[in-house]
Amino acid sequence: MYDFTYHRPKSVADAVKLLKDKPEARAMSGGMTLIPTLKQRLARPSDVVDLGAVKELSGIKIEGANVVIGGMTKHADVATSADVKAAIPALAHLAGHIGDPQVRNRGTIGGSVANNDPAADYPGAVVALNATVTTNSRKIPADEFFKGLFETALADGELITSISFPKAEKAAYMKFPNPASRYAMVGVFVAKTASGVRVAVTGAGGCVFRVKAMEDALAKNFSSAAIKDINIPADGLNSDIHGSAEYRAHLVGVMARRAVDAANK
Amino acid sequence: MTAATGIGARVLRTEDKRFLTGTGRYVDDLPLARATYAYFLRSPHAHAKIKKLDISAAAKMSGVVNIFTGKDLVDAKVGGLICGWVVKDKHGEPHKAPPHPVMAVDTVRYVGDTVAMVVANSYDEAKDAAEAIKVDYDVQPANIDLAKSFDKGAPQVHPEAPGNLIYDWEIGVKADVEAAFAKAAHVTKLDLINNRLIPNAMEPRAAAAEYDKGTGNYTLWSTSQNPHVLRLILSAFVLGIPEHKLRVVAPDVGGGFGSKIFCYADETMVCWAASRVGRPIKWTAERSESFQTDCHGRDHVTHAELALDKDGKFLALKVETIANMGAYLSTFSTAVPTYLYATLLAGQYTTPLIYANVKAALTHTAPVDAYRGAGRPEATFVVESIVSKAAAEMKIDPAELRRKNFIPSTAFPYQTPVALQYDSGNYPPIIDEAMKMADYKGFEARRAEAKSRGKLRGIGFSSYIEACGLAPSQVVGSLGAGVGQWESAQIKFNPTGNVQVMTGAHSHGQSHETTFAQIIHDKLGVPMDQIEIVHGDTATTPFGMGSYGSRSLAVGGSAIVKATEKIIAKGKKVAAHLMEAAVADVEFENGTFKVTGTDKNVPLAQVVFAAYVPHNYPLAEVEPGMDENAFYDPANFVYPAGTQICELEIDPDTGTTEIVNFTAIDDFGNIINPMIVEGQVHGGIVQGVGQALMEGAVYDKSTGQLISGSYMDYTMPRADNFPSFKLGYKVTPCPHNPLGVKGCGEAGAIASPAAVMNAVHNALAPVGVKHVEMPATPLNVWQSIKGAQRQAAE
Repeated sequence: MYDFTYHRPKSVADAVKLLKDKPEARAMSGGMTLIPTLKQRLARPSDVVDLGAVKELSGIKIEGANVVIGGMTKHADVATSADVKAAIPALAHLAGHIGDPQVRNRGTIGGSVANNDPAADYPGAVVALNATVTTNSRKIPADEFFKGLFETALADGELITSISFPKAEKAAYMKFPNPASRYAMVGVFVAKTASGVRVAVTGAGGCVFRVKAMEDALAKNFSSAAIKDINIPADGLNSDIHGSAEYRAHLVGVMARRAVDAANK
Repeated sequence: MTAATGIGARVLRTEDKRFLTGTGRYVDDLPLARATYAYFLRSPHAHAKIKKLDISAAAKMSGVVNIFTGKDLVDAKVGGLICGWVVKDKHGEPHKAPPHPVMAVDTVRYVGDTVAMVVANSYDEAKDAAEAIKVDYDVQPANIDLAKSFDKGAPQVHPEAPGNLIYDWEIGVKADVEAAFAKAAHVTKLDLINNRLIPNAMEPRAAAAEYDKGTGNYTLWSTSQNPHVLRLILSAFVLGIPEHKLRVVAPDVGGGFGSKIFCYADETMVCWAASRVGRPIKWTAERSESFQTDCHGRDHVTHAELALDKDGKFLALKVETIANMGAYLSTFSTAVPTYLYATLLAGQYTTPLIYANVKAALTHTAPVDAYRGAGRPEATFVVESIVSKAAAEMKIDPAELRRKNFIPSTAFPYQTPVALQYDSGNYPPIIDEAMKMADYKGFEARRAEAKSRGKLRGIGFSSYIEACGLAPSQVVGSLGAGVGQWESAQIKFNPTGNVQVMTGAHSHGQSHETTFAQIIHDKLGVPMDQIEIVHGDTATTPFGMGSYGSRSLAVGGSAIVKATEKIIAKGKKVAAHLMEAAVADVEFENGTFKVTGTDKNVPLAQVVFAAYVPHNYPLAEVEPGMDENAFYDPANFVYPAGTQICELEIDPDTGTTEIVNFTAIDDFGNIINPMIVEGQVHGGIVQGVGQALMEGAVYDKSTGQLISGSYMDYTMPRADNFPSFKLGYKVTPCPHNPLGVKGCGEAGAIASPAAVMNAVHNALAPVGVKHVEMPATPLNVWQSIKGAQRQAAE
């Protein structure tokens, strides 16, 4: 990796100040994407601002009808949290199947969501559960947060402090892993919450997206039979040596039906 | 000998203490004072002319010690890398041998071809400087598609091999085979691709070298499977350093699978440059470099036809194969798709006539050479795929068709029509045992039950034969091999009675330190903890050929046995003197010399002590010391054989395949350590299943970029892809080596691709799928099902 200046601030305010002062600085949460990128010399930040010592960013709380997860909370902590398991078991399940044990014990929800890798799992949950992303300066609704391939609504120097997930009446996440990397090749998060039924797809396209036709059908009848004839167009979906766009489109249907069945169990 | 630790015992591995406690010593661990670090600039293009190579800015950068390019090697008259096996084509002409410069001079021929070597005070500085080297490439069209390599207009890789053809080789009499086909009641035809694999040893390749100005001696540490052979090649062909001035050390090595047999550009450069730099040089491949520059494996395009009579007896087999050599001929590349492939096409069967034609092609891809099984997995895949296809076409049970054609146990030694003479074997009890263990009878019920869950269940057989322990030297020499194929051993007792055993074989995961010690313990009665197996250093071990081709035990172990016989013979003379008996009356058992029919005895340790402190010693007849050498050149290959049965379920909605049962019954001859053998079989099966379901090197067909260049895109098998394997053994001892052993390192990988793919085809037949290529990834399987559905609808 190239040389950079390393910082380890203790507060959100200090971290934000560093990021604003240094235009070429990068924030590092768990570092599960940034460190490999640095090692491959694919990124050359002037400074790395490690958020690891910012204690206020970690933790899981129940606030009314919401599960609020601090940005620096590790996947392993979400996966094993009794509160998450009780309120939104599908979210705990999702977190428990991200990467491998090493990744789950370093990677964080805020890092994953801020990075918005098209094959990441969390964006599916954020959108399907209609979560709210809280930053150091504002609250951003899920539908406005994910903008495109590795693109989000976050401004320069803006940090995710927490994400608030409404409790779900029913929810499940089904992932079809890429055989090599085991990232989501297609992941479908189906949720029935106070705000209605949502179907969010990750991995298949450049960015997480919702399947309106399925949502409408499921709102009327929350069963896999209700969506069995809904086909997703392959246009615009990812295509690579592991999956053609057509295959991914097909898998969205399969994973959605399986997710609905799991949510109904 | 004692069952606890001798031959046949499940002795825990001696080497595990250091491997499991992180105290192994690998090349990268070497502490070398004043070391410099090398980084190799690799070609980003599959085919390009180097118009200009400017190192001036890089040379001035911080920490840079030296930069070398291909031109420096030309000026220093360094030889090219060699191919060590001359294969003669069907006209008797030696294969085309285009030059293989250690570093590219004016042309790069694959993504990863070596362009420059930067030596700096640190690895990062070397890498920084490499980024400052300016290379002006004139990018040329690349020949990537193997099947189209011989087409008119295909981009040419080397002018020395017109039409990209290295050789057009054949075995068998084509006219006889054609005549048999004309009379056949049934002909089964099969087109298949044996997919290209990237070895992925856990430890990447690494090299370090040091030059001693005072003595002129070089030391090269390398992740080599065969340090003596590497030294021989570097000395005699490439660098011209006299053998006695070059020490090659292969310390702990973390896996090889064939990829570390060969002499590579980078280790050659590290050695050569050490004297120019005047400081030690270290280099360890990054994983991306391993993907690009380790020799790849397999990569065949094959058409095969099997002729059968009306009862299913095999009449003849003909096979046409195009084998990929990559951009340069690696050390043993030419032998793999000929003498290690076509000679195995008889399989376990009495097929009386076989003809094979192999054309070796150059492409703008990484060199291809031996990889676990080397030619034999490719042969087994052809034979076992076409036999299962014929069974399905003729509606004969696949086990029954195999049984009908097995070489009978009474026919050994059995001369095949493709040169090899099988020494021993008994195939029917193997398949019987496998079918029992796999509950073959219950399969249809399990298939029906799976169907009720929406799953397609299939079962597949693979009855493999392999020839390992490449031998004898005179035969392989007559076939073009540049080296002998014997192995060496030295047993050196120390005065206090413990023993060091030097072997020319090399362990990079095979557990020689345990298995070989068990032989010594069994033969000489020395306790296990008094035995040290020494390997991997040309300065301390006798010249030997290293480890590949499942040869270490059959050849190297036999050399050890021969050396124990010399120790016992000498020990008897000394013991006879000490016991005041006639040598003819002395026998040796359980580590003790005895006078037959008396209670007089003297332990080996006492004999050894007497040999080193010869105060009461027959000096007139026997030399002092207890240190014996042996070389063993086998009379024949050894022929492990077995049957694997794979049972799997396919989810037609996603194309995902899950292996639910995997049975392997092997005949490895006598077994020294069943636990270690099981480990070898497990690993082999996993690698073979990896080939069948997951692994595949993918180059972009037009640019030649390696798309599967990291673990993000190259699917390595993982533990959760597998059920617990059911293993068993049948034993027909090898009749021509003193241990009666055969070899187990490659069997799993040789047999399993066909077992898995036959099961895949069996599972998919009910939905109309005719053929699926490896790897049968979820995408591939789903597309095959979809294709069959479309075809049915038309």
